[in-house]
Amino acid sequence: MADAEFTVTSEQQELRTALRRFCERTHDEATVRRLMDSDDGFDRALWARLGTELGALALAVPEDLGGAGGTVVDQAVAAEELGAALVTGPLLGTVGLAVPALVAAPASGPRDALLPELAAGTRTAALVAGLFAPYDGATAAAVSAEGGVLSGVAGHVPDAAAADVLLVVADGPEGPVLALVEPGSAGVTVVGRGSLDPTRRIARVELDGAAGTVLATGDDADRALRRSFRTAGALLAAEQVGIAARLLERTVAYAGQRWQFGRPIGSFQAVKHRLADMLVGVEQARTAALHAAWAVSDPELDDPDLAVAIAQATCSEVAYRVAADAVQLHGGIGFTWEHPAHLYYKRAVADAALLGSAEEYRERIAAAVLDALPADLAVPRVAIG
Amino acid sequence: MSPPVTADEVEEATREVVRRHDPRTVPRTELFGALYDAGLAWVHHPVGLGGLGLARGLQAVVDAVVTDAGGDQMFAVNPIGYGMGAPTVVEYGSDRELVARWLRPIATGEEIWCQLFSEPGAGSDVAGLATSAVPDGEDWVVNGQKVWTTLAHVARWGMLVARTDPDVAKHRGLTYFVIDMDQPGVEVRPLRQMTGQAEFNEVYLHDARVPDTYRLGDVGAGWRVAITTLMNERSAIGGVTGRRGSGPIGEALGLWRAHPDRQTAVLRDRLARLWTRAETHRLTLARARRTATAGQPGPEGSVSKLVGAELNQDVYEFCMDLLGPDALLYDGYDLRRGDDATGGRVHADPGSTLQQRFLRSRANTIEGGTSEVMRNILGERVLGLPGEPRSDSDRPWKEVPRG
Repeated sequence: MADAEFTVTSEQQELRTALRRFCERTHDEATVRRLMDSDDGFDRALWARLGTELGALALAVPEDLGGAGGTVVDQAVAAEELGAALVTGPLLGTVGLAVPALVAAPASGPRDALLPELAAGTRTAALVAGLFAPYDGATAAAVSAEGGVLSGVAGHVPDAAAADVLLVVADGPEGPVLALVEPGSAGVTVVGRGSLDPTRRIARVELDGAAGTVLATGDDADRALRRSFRTAGALLAAEQVGIAARLLERTVAYAGQRWQFGRPIGSFQAVKHRLADMLVGVEQARTAALHAAWAVSDPELDDPDLAVAIAQATCSEVAYRVAADAVQLHGGIGFTWEHPAHLYYKRAVADAALLGSAEEYRERIAAAVLDALPADLAVPRVAIG
Repeated sequence: MSPPVTADEVEEATREVVRRHDPRTVPRTELFGALYDAGLAWVHHPVGLGGLGLARGLQAVVDAVVTDAGGDQMFAVNPIGYGMGAPTVVEYGSDRELVARWLRPIATGEEIWCQLFSEPGAGSDVAGLATSAVPDGEDWVVNGQKVWTTLAHVARWGMLVARTDPDVAKHRGLTYFVIDMDQPGVEVRPLRQMTGQAEFNEVYLHDARVPDTYRLGDVGAGWRVAITTLMNERSAIGGVTGRRGSGPIGEALGLWRAHPDRQTAVLRDRLARLWTRAETHRLTLARARRTATAGQPGPEGSVSKLVGAELNQDVYEFCMDLLGPDALLYDGYDLRRGDDATGGRVHADPGSTLQQRFLRSRANTIEGGTSEVMRNILGERVLGLPGEPRSDSDRPWKEVPRG
């Protein structure tokens, strides 16, 4: 029998502990700052260790494709911890988007060869698509496909600048097309752009008659993309929980150490109550993110698209609010470059926009719930005077 | 047959009770009495005190079977006795026979309980209360005034916290008693609230008597005992979960569906936001139950109490905005009060109107601990933040300024 929802297994607890220790040792704040100024923006050797030593990059990938054969709930535990440490590297592009799309795509030589490499962290990938709106069955990218020849521009693609391979979503004559493109090949221009979030960079991808290896078309591509956006939505929500929980922890510690007016600032109710609200937000966000991961793993539990919409609507707001409050409660030091609060704040801003805003997900919720209410719903008694 | 241990065995034992005492045909007291005798009233209580010594979470199995068979919930019939009185007397009652004497009529609903904590001068600062208890032979003599006492007008027993030593700091001078409400020294008057009804009471204590055997915990240790009661209160207030879309958010959905003429894009976004909050609140309660270890309610009770109270207010504010001009109508402010445990309580009364529920929801962020106190609890007990500097903790109670 499957575990009941919200059960935490001992394996998941061990994974969490192992990742937290790994990040403390190898990916501290000084490392984040060094990597965000580096050419690639992340450390390829460290990424490969995450894949091979810790097996943290493909927890929900079947074993015969190089993964751990677990669930999206397992991968969400990893996303939360890696988010809490602001791990640089293509978590969203590779682990969140490209890998689930490839797993759900039909088996083929190129796909079956690439997945184990992405799982091991020896290569990285980015999904080239419209990544700032919920997936709705149509490709939002301004890329078109004629057979395996791709043309068009995607202006805001996270993790693409340093990606070893691009997984391009394009409009084809018979619906969406999913194709692999080598970044160095003819007709492909990938340019990193100055990015508000320096720990996850945005690139512009320009395709001008580029050659692609088609992996899926039509319904197959749609199924793969649906799976990809759902999984990425659940994992991004988990990352947002990791960011918010870590900021709460740090801000509570600061409020206990910083003295003004002869007492710790955390003893003032104006500060304490804001921290209490941050805690409430983190608890609600954690629930929503976990529920999304469970529903993506087991669609019998709840409509996965609705669960992801709840998670994205909740976690985007909570992570942003908590990050803004963390800057505020740190006072002047929280506004400096030397303090890490701004790094988290910028990640929270970017995460809230990626895959669609809270408003867009609330529109999804309204359509799924409010526009579909049963006609025989009980109406409360209203006084008529 | 050996006593039930697993969830399946608890379910089967409950089925056996409802087979023999069909909730649709026998009086409620008979069904509840049979559940108590079978250890299914509070499965986590010891055997002989309405329980089986099992995990707290298994009570949900019993409740589901009883509800499915058409029975009421003990909590709904005697909320304060079942939810707060029982855990307190089980933890602190030293005379097991007396505890059993109290518990069975709580379970059957034959003896309603109330809580005599708050006073006109002691609301959020309940440990500053002034009602006195003075020893007199084998008894204590009690004088003072209590307020906001739900169900006092029908209660047989009260949970009383009184000051037994005014010369020590406020938390150390309190003692906890169970008081017989059926005596000449106890006078109960209705307390009318903004909805027009009187769900609550004022209780005047004039030389009321309590035998020393009805004391729970040591003399001067009443605050510790009171915390047990209060933690169970917050857990009970915030902890009721239903299906998706049930409760106040379900009323908002029903109202929305019935008023297409008043729907706007802005209200639609508000309702979607409220639905999302209600759903994450509901799922958080489910998660808390999954992760809770058996034993006393924890701080998650304070989180859910805070969230649930503010959500209720926001949902009813939305309903009023959706109704427009009709929201300003009201079916009379006549003083009404119920004479059983559910009568007169606005949210428990299926006949109450949306406008009444809207007004009633103002109390949600005050009763059972204000939202301000809840945020202090979360800040200090969960996050470990330092407390406010205080001027009352080390002084004798009688020297602390009041007003």
